[in-house]
Amino acid sequence: MILFQNVSKRYPTGQEALSNISLELGDGEMAFLTGHSGAGKSTLLKLTALIERPSRGQIVVNRKNLNNLGSRRIPYYRRNLGIIFQDHHLLYDRTVFDNVALPLVIAGFRHREIGRRVRAALDKVGLLHKEKAEPITLSTGEQQRVGIARAVVTKPPILLADEPTGNLDPTLSREIMNLFLEFNRVGVSILVASHDLGLISTLGKPMIQLNEGRLENPDQGTMA
Amino acid sequence: MNTEITQPVKPELHSRLVAWAVSHARAFFFSLGKLYRAPLSSFMTMAVIGIALALPSGLYLILKNMELAAGGWDTGARVSLFLKPGMPSKDQRALANQLRERAEIERVTVITPDQALKEFKQSSGFGEALNALDDNPLPPVLVIYPDPGMTDPKAIEVMVENLRRMNNVEDAVLDMRWLQRLQAILATAKRTVIVVSGMLALAVILVVGNTIRLDIQNRRQEIEVAKLIGATDAFIRRPFLYGGIWYGLLGAFIGIILVEASLGLLQGPVQRLAGLYESNYSLLGLSGVNGLWILCTGTLLGWFGSWIAVGRHIRDIEPS
Ligand SMILES: Nc1ncnc2c1ncn2[C@@H]1O[C@H](COP(=O)(O)OP(=O)(O)OP(=O)(O)O)[C@@H](O)[C@H]1O
Ligand SMILES: [Mg+2]
Repeated sequence: MILFQNVSKRYPTGQEALSNISLELGDGEMAFLTGHSGAGKSTLLKLTALIERPSRGQIVVNRKNLNNLGSRRIPYYRRNLGIIFQDHHLLYDRTVFDNVALPLVIAGFRHREIGRRVRAALDKVGLLHKEKAEPITLSTGEQQRVGIARAVVTKPPILLADEPTGNLDPTLSREIMNLFLEFNRVGVSILVASHDLGLISTLGKPMIQLNEGRLENPDQGTMA
Repeated sequence: MNTEITQPVKPELHSRLVAWAVSHARAFFFSLGKLYRAPLSSFMTMAVIGIALALPSGLYLILKNMELAAGGWDTGARVSLFLKPGMPSKDQRALANQLRERAEIERVTVITPDQALKEFKQSSGFGEALNALDDNPLPPVLVIYPDPGMTDPKAIEVMVENLRRMNNVEDAVLDMRWLQRLQAILATAKRTVIVVSGMLALAVILVVGNTIRLDIQNRRQEIEVAKLIGATDAFIRRPFLYGGIWYGLLGAFIGIILVEASLGLLQGPVQRLAGLYESNYSLLGLSGVNGLWILCTGTLLGWFGSWIAVGRHIRDIEPS
């Protein structure tokens, strides 16, 4: 599903964020990406979402080599991904419903279909009763869950999450992680960057450890 | 939990066209709603556009009115037809009558050599000296007044050329300085309208472009999020383009209102002025076609202005 082959990323500043990374996340698998701050976790996710391009090596997602994907195809590629960030990137000038509906609007779904799917996604994250609320009136945890609902509303086969529990209390963090486990249980491939080792070590999923842009446990890089 | 979550869902192919139309309709109304939610700033942008469109339209109308009014004036063009000296006065009158038949000629007066000499003696003050002449050296002259409807100097010149080639005609001299001046003034005014229109069209494009550019900057985060969840540039551009179209169209409406209002203010004085010239001339307003022109021009300029803005700025915004 997601395959990195000798991938390096050097930013224009000269900073080598990733060095010679090879790893594989199979269909329907879930893994955690850990490492110190600046280890390259976000960079790895950004390369997968084509927010950045690798300097060297190949990334294959859904059997498609991303190096061969022109910039015009990027929007269509991203529709296969659900992307969740620590800063949830909600739009504060519209309701929870409209925020979650945005990916469906972009993908060109019909009105009635949008209503059905948005409510299903909000139900899944337990926020159905908040559909008419303004995001600003929600707690941080609730906003994060709205972000997750938006990421899964199109039912993408892959979820990428960057520090989704970054500033949540332990109970909320566990709730969010349980949501991911649920999605994974129905076949979604998930890559979660997190340095909440205490929490993720209890979840029984493989961990990919990065250290200064290199894989810490190369033998575990391939999960099968 | 349901299992269908493993399937990425794409809209069915046959509904693609509908989706495209829905997306356009959404952008259309969304951009209109945005104007409605920021009424003051939207109105100010549209008012600037309205003024920029009203100016050349008003100038154009003034010009058209001037041309129409000028058509009713005596343009003062005259042709002096110098006949062969010694032409019998019977023939002179016959020629004059023959010319009077022509449609392009309104009036012909005959000036015999005797009349001309008398006039000349009086006006020149050389009376005594001229008395010494045995023969009258002056030729008979026909003064021809072209039809006042003939306002095209070229047509008059063609007529003069034909007159000059007639039998018994020595020369034909055209005096139409007045007409030429009027035509020159109108031509200058026309050119001015074109230049002013061009500059103001540019102003509209810049105003809309700048408004849309600011709008894009204000919604930077929204654009980044949209790109992150798979929005194409075309999708993101659409509401901004419709925004430009709305600015242009509504601005043009304001422009039309401004022109008509100004015309209303001018109507009274113009009628008083016309009254002094014993005319009942009343100002010509914008025709339906003119109005349509202004609306189309405004819309097109608005679209173009926003097109320039979105082309550059939306491509530059990328999620990071
Ligand atoms: N846009 C950029 N331009 C230049 N350097 C960058 C850029 N983004 C990240 N870096 C550098 O690349 C390295 C890896 O950054 P990255 O954001 O991937 O780390 P991270 O593991 O996500 O850290 P954190 O846990 O703090 O989020 C860092 O040294 C960072 O300074
Ligand atoms: Mg990071």
